[in-house]
Amino acid sequence: MSFPGVGLAKGLAVTLRTMTRKSVTAQYPDVQPVLPPRSRGVIALLEENCTVCMLCARECPDWCIYIDSHKETLPAAEPNARARTRNVLDRFAIDFSLCMYCGICIEVCPFDALFWSPEFEYAETDIHELTHEREKLREWMWTVPAPPALDPAAEEPKEIATARKAADKLAAAAAAEAAAAVEEKGDDA
Amino acid sequence: MNLLDTVLRCVATLVVFLVFPLVIGQTEHKVMAHMQGRLGPMYAGGFHGWAQLVADGVKFAQKEDIVPAGADRRIFQLAPAVSLLPYLFVLLAIPVGPNGFVGQAVDAGLFFVLAVMGVGVIGKLMAGWASANKFSLLGALRTAAQLMSYELPMVLAAASVAMAAGTLSLPGILDAWEWYWLPWQIIGAFVFFTAGLAELQRPPFDMPIADSEIIFGAYTEYTGLRFALFLLSEYVGILVVSALTAVLFLGGWHGPMSDQLGWLWMLLKTFGLAFVVIWLRVTYPRLREDQLMRFAWVGLIPLALVQLALTGIIKVAIA
Repeated sequence: MSFPGVGLAKGLAVTLRTMTRKSVTAQYPDVQPVLPPRSRGVIALLEENCTVCMLCARECPDWCIYIDSHKETLPAAEPNARARTRNVLDRFAIDFSLCMYCGICIEVCPFDALFWSPEFEYAETDIHELTHEREKLREWMWTVPAPPALDPAAEEPKEIATARKAADKLAAAAAAEAAAAVEEKGDDA
Repeated sequence: MNLLDTVLRCVATLVVFLVFPLVIGQTEHKVMAHMQGRLGPMYAGGFHGWAQLVADGVKFAQKEDIVPAGADRRIFQLAPAVSLLPYLFVLLAIPVGPNGFVGQAVDAGLFFVLAVMGVGVIGKLMAGWASANKFSLLGALRTAAQLMSYELPMVLAAASVAMAAGTLSLPGILDAWEWYWLPWQIIGAFVFFTAGLAELQRPPFDMPIADSEIIFGAYTEYTGLRFALFLLSEYVGILVVSALTAVLFLGGWHGPMSDQLGWLWMLLKTFGLAFVVIWLRVTYPRLREDQLMRFAWVGLIPLALVQLALTGIIKVAIA
């Protein structure tokens, strides 16, 4: 059962309905977009954690990470000990004109020195400006969001688990010692 | 005193002629955008892009005035004016409110209006022919063919109203108007409005300017101010066709408190119809050239004739 012109009327209804709804346009420079969690905007460097192991630079598919360092000798802590050497970071730079935002450097970093930041507004008029040096990479660190909360039934984080185990052991040892002390007292009496 | 009165009426018509099409154009920008889930212009003028068309006008005025080497210079340059000015004269004859609130009451107003509106097409024909461009010529010939086809149902529908009112004067028709004319002339209203759309070459009847196929038809070679004049003529056309439909079929200034607020009713009806024009543009795809012609001859003309017969029968029955 259909009248002639029903399709035409339906078309009019569709456009009229769309007009009354909120439009989907994102007014970007005026209104910031809502980014999904773990957005890959820019890579931040926490240089205090960096040991100059060079894993990130070697794993980078684009070879866009530049690291320079030198070794420093620390004076021996005890008279007969060997003097320790330590790597000191001189330069850490990421060329974002080459970076393809794969995140391998962040995955591979064994000391949690690299992080994703959702900041994305760092376009430049000169391509050389896209090579961010360590100061700038450190500044991005302030924009890194806190890690998302764990799932309700998730396993405990490794660090906390280890710390808790150690604390438990200590508490158990203390309790055993106390119990032993009480027993000794009882024997004496 | 009489001269002052005349000048005042002319100036008022000119102001309407220059301002209302911009209002309709801006409405089209915004309505079309929201019907497509967009926002439309947002920056020009600060508040929701109200000055977008002013900015467009400034842009058009700055552009170089180019006349193609092979073009017929004089005709090419004259065409936009020929296309635009008839609508100004039509506006002069459209009644806005009761008791002589009209630019110039013409005795054969309906006849005058329909005749002058047809002149606009000559401007497009001139543009198409003088451009020395095959797309322009195609567009112009399609315009002419479309006018030939759609003028007939338009005139027949208008004749039905004139017959019902027993006069050709537009204020006279409004004086004779009664509410039951609305259902009585409803077929005529549909035919008149649709044919008016086709004469304006508004989508879905925009085969002559089809920008994706014959790249804007008769306007292909135009830039700058002359192109802007063609665009303006399209929007004045919307105003004129909406106002005429309101006057002939929707009772113009009739409405509650029409003695004081007649002009408001007229404006409301006109802009309501202008909204429908925009709405149709957003909703429907373009008709093919042969479908366009078929719609006029097989669809609208029989309908107009039915309306004419109906008007005649009821008129006799009332008398």
